[in-house]
Amino acid sequence: MNDSLSIVLFSGTADKLHAAATLAAGAAAMDRPVNILLQYWALDAFRANRIDGDLGLAFDAGAPGTSTPVKGPGSIPWLDTFRMAKEFGEVSILACSGSLDVLGLDVTTLDPLVDDSGGIATFLLAAEGGQLLFI
Amino acid sequence: MTATATELEALTAAKVIDARGAACPGPLLEAKKGMGTVPVGSLLEIWSTDPGTKSDIGAWSGKVGHDFLGTLAADGYDRVFVIRGK
Repeated sequence: MNDSLSIVLFSGTADKLHAAATLAAGAAAMDRPVNILLQYWALDAFRANRIDGDLGLAFDAGAPGTSTPVKGPGSIPWLDTFRMAKEFGEVSILACSGSLDVLGLDVTTLDPLVDDSGGIATFLLAAEGGQLLFI
Repeated sequence: MTATATELEALTAAKVIDARGAACPGPLLEAKKGMGTVPVGSLLEIWSTDPGTKSDIGAWSGKVGHDFLGTLAADGYDRVFVIRGK
């Protein structure tokens, strides 16, 4: 049975990246292969010169009355969570070649966490039979 | 196979992982890392202040093949007991 988890990661704010990283790490810890496709703003977040920066919060965070995240010392930054996920399990991170094109980015300018660039069919083939999420 | 509180109290772990203060998924990842350092059949004890840890470790153990024994409530943290299955 294919128990892989595939994530189309489109969003580039720290909160959504953290959520995606947590899912990837949890799945990797449970010995499930993980495939991640980086599109648009997530792809942009993985630029080597951006990845360490403050990527802010999603639009939802600005709604009146919403809680303010309390970043405790025990929470792991999303980038480290992705790194740990890769250490523990089969986590493949693919930069969507379409998004690279649209944003005018070169795959070599991305953080080494990114394994390769590829097209949509490559990713969908890897994702076939497993679970697929869009973040 | 879950043990009773009395049984758990009596156990001495081969290794204690102190993940108190770490937020999810920290304790789970620490447990996975720590599991690799003890021989099969050894008892691992994970300390966590994160409320999700006890159910996470249970779920993870079942999926990956370890023996989740149960949890003891300590002073402000949980003590979670797992035996390395493979």
